[in-house]
Amino acid sequence: MGDARHVCDLLVVGAGPAGLAAAWRAAQSGLRVAVVDDNPTPGGQIWRGGSPEARVWFERVRSVDIQLIHGARVFHAPQAGRLLAEMRDGVCELNFTSLVLATGARERFLPFPGWTLPNVMGAGGLQALVKTGLPIDGKRVVVAGSGPLLLAVAAYLRKCGAEVLLIAEQASTAMLARFGLGLVFAEGKLSQAWALKKNFSRKGAKAQRIRYLTGCWVVEAHGDEKLEGVTLFRGGKRWQIACDYLACGFHLVPNLELVELLGCTIDTGGVRVDEFQQTTVSQVYSAGETTGIGGLELSLVEGEIAGLAAAGKRDEARTLFSAREKQRKFAALLNRTFALRDELKQLPAADTIVCRCEDVTFERLRAQSSWRAAKLQTRCGMGPCQGRVCGGAVEFLFGWRAESVRPPVLPVRIDSLI
Amino acid sequence: MTCKTFDVAIVGAGIVGSACAAECAREGLSVAIVEAGIIGGGATAAGMGHLVVMDDSEAQFALTRYSQQLWNEISDELPHEVEHDACGTIWIAADDEEMAEALRKQSFYAERGVRTEMLDAQSLAEAEPSLRPGLAGGLRVPGDSVIYPPCAAQFFVDQALAKGAELFLGKSVEAISADGVRLRDGTAIAAGLVVNSAGSWSPMLTPAVDVKKRKGHLVITDRYPGFVRHQLVELGYLKSAHSLTADSVAFNVQPRKTGQLLIGSSRQYGADDSHVDNSMLTRMLERAVEYLPGLRKLSSLRTWTGFRAATPDKLPLIGPHTEQQRLYLATGHEGLGITTSLGTAKLLVAQIMNRATEIPAAPYLPARVPQEPAHA
Amino acid sequence: MPETVTVCVNGVSIEMPAGSMVSAAVLKIGTSAFRRSVTGEPRGPLCGMGICFECRVTIDGEPHCRSCQTVCRDGMDVRTDG
Repeated sequence: MGDARHVCDLLVVGAGPAGLAAAWRAAQSGLRVAVVDDNPTPGGQIWRGGSPEARVWFERVRSVDIQLIHGARVFHAPQAGRLLAEMRDGVCELNFTSLVLATGARERFLPFPGWTLPNVMGAGGLQALVKTGLPIDGKRVVVAGSGPLLLAVAAYLRKCGAEVLLIAEQASTAMLARFGLGLVFAEGKLSQAWALKKNFSRKGAKAQRIRYLTGCWVVEAHGDEKLEGVTLFRGGKRWQIACDYLACGFHLVPNLELVELLGCTIDTGGVRVDEFQQTTVSQVYSAGETTGIGGLELSLVEGEIAGLAAAGKRDEARTLFSAREKQRKFAALLNRTFALRDELKQLPAADTIVCRCEDVTFERLRAQSSWRAAKLQTRCGMGPCQGRVCGGAVEFLFGWRAESVRPPVLPVRIDSLI
Repeated sequence: MTCKTFDVAIVGAGIVGSACAAECAREGLSVAIVEAGIIGGGATAAGMGHLVVMDDSEAQFALTRYSQQLWNEISDELPHEVEHDACGTIWIAADDEEMAEALRKQSFYAERGVRTEMLDAQSLAEAEPSLRPGLAGGLRVPGDSVIYPPCAAQFFVDQALAKGAELFLGKSVEAISADGVRLRDGTAIAAGLVVNSAGSWSPMLTPAVDVKKRKGHLVITDRYPGFVRHQLVELGYLKSAHSLTADSVAFNVQPRKTGQLLIGSSRQYGADDSHVDNSMLTRMLERAVEYLPGLRKLSSLRTWTGFRAATPDKLPLIGPHTEQQRLYLATGHEGLGITTSLGTAKLLVAQIMNRATEIPAAPYLPARVPQEPAHA
Repeated sequence: MPETVTVCVNGVSIEMPAGSMVSAAVLKIGTSAFRRSVTGEPRGPLCGMGICFECRVTIDGEPHCRSCQTVCRDGMDVRTDG
């Protein structure tokens, strides 16, 4: 059946930036380290397909002794010091002394009429699909939602030959201007975000302008069997444009299912960690977006601190505290800037589907007294995605927070539960 | 604090309490439904929703049969979300000994007017191709059906509300008194009668009630329409339900209208926490794949647990409390609460209204239980 | 290490760069509906990272496979439910 068993000093769940940084530091310090990830290759979401910075980190990871276990979905924590992961041919038993949870983040999706049409995807979603082989050359794309990710996605898609018609950012110009000002103090960030915008709006001889519209959002996606166009809203005006893809995501939410399964305390925004990235559960650390959405640089430094702390190198970890503090300030600014406006709560119509797994409409949900009642009565959140897609939406729309988590934290074969 | 005095206060809006509320309201009584959590959030949410006639005893048969007839009468009114599906049951015989049991069961039902059909090995395989080869056969009961219980409980509550009942949701009852119920928040709801339909929590409010928690596990799969067509139960199921002390598992799989498979069943005593018990889960699933080998490859979405309310003689408590004035019990339904909710409601209301019951009420009366000194 | 692999989607052969995901192969042949929702709506990939389960297809006879998390292998048979 192909069952495997691994033993290590430090197990890292998630091979994104935070996980790799933690693994590297711990392995450098002499620990036996294993990294487990659902994806076939390392890098998580942000480093999918590689990048110069990613290559540096992959090189670092290769230079030390780390066992990378790919295509493994962690689904259960049967006892302290052990996790179970399902692989293609069986179950992998992962035994460890310390654990770093670096499970990253996913996009927040908000429902609006037509959002379930094929070719309406997340912003990171469309980017991931293009990175894994979807041809986008010559296709018309609208990028919408919220967050700096929209700029990165638009730039990437354009580089791949897409016709990016516009970026619709729900945050207002005023909010973004504050972000821009704050960015002056954050090293290197201004060039990342605002240069992109400047490139878009500068009239180059051959460069195509990409409109970056603030205070703007998609109110409807149209099409028969797939997307054909969208209706946008801005400053009281609505207008329609035709497009092939809509890349729409409303910032990020942390992946906290495994964190919750292990009983770690969660604060608003992320898992609670001390200065050494340790959670409220002994020997369990967490780093990256799980502690609160904060971006790549913060994930890296948190990962390094966690790895060093797990290896007992607290003094060395302390040297990274001020870098982390700086990144945390940027992260706080980021999250304030891209806070979701209340108008987005009016987006779904009565018959707009909120839970895509069970096709539960907005009107059925708003009649419910609580999240638990909603789950029982409508089965919202009880499908295969286990509330990962609708969870962010119902929290925003109704204030319902996800509750206790039980195994399996991802669907697995019955065989894997035996 | 409400100044109204209700005729009846129903504590616990699981499927039994909800059915009782609807029946009381239909009778013209003013009803207060008091629920600490959400409607159908206890055993109702963890149950299989199997509407089944059982032959463990005459009394059990009478109550399940009566109830099933009541379900059939209302099946057309049930809303879409209740997912009523007349798929029938097949009691599976793994060997000749179990086939003999199936025959005995068939004649028991036949004598009492319940239609069944014996299946030999071949017709069993035709009826359910996913079952492993080598089984001896089975007994098909076409009159059995399945529902989705939480929505049925909600439906009954809605019926009660339509007849003027009031719902106190999210309100914990601190104590049942002679005048009604006192809530944990200090307020009181005045009622002429109180019904304790709090399932496995009943003893918390009425200490001498001998109802114990019997933990069960369930697993639900993704959608595989047609993998199983009937509710499938092993004939050894009753052996599992019989035991008063040992932890046990039995093969029990239900096809939901959604195409998902609901897998049970397990029974544990003395287990008080709601965590999934790995060893019980493994045992239960191992039993299931013995009958349905193809189950191994199916995707499982969730596992959960629930607490049945179990009495020593395996029959529910329906009727007036022997000591406490103006208190009725409607609890202790173990694994048959979904089916017998409707029969329970009728028996309860008939007793409240001092009318003859449609089936003998004696086997379910709290008075049948030898009185134990109340524990502090 | 071959540069491309060939998979078969709904009976149509398509060549994909090595390392591509099955989801890209399905979209490349022009199919946007990967599956039908429980009420029959056409659905396609949403998240691209394996958490939404909207990209599920049947691969080599096995249903409910997340195509965005499955690397194309030579000779793979992919069927959509749309």
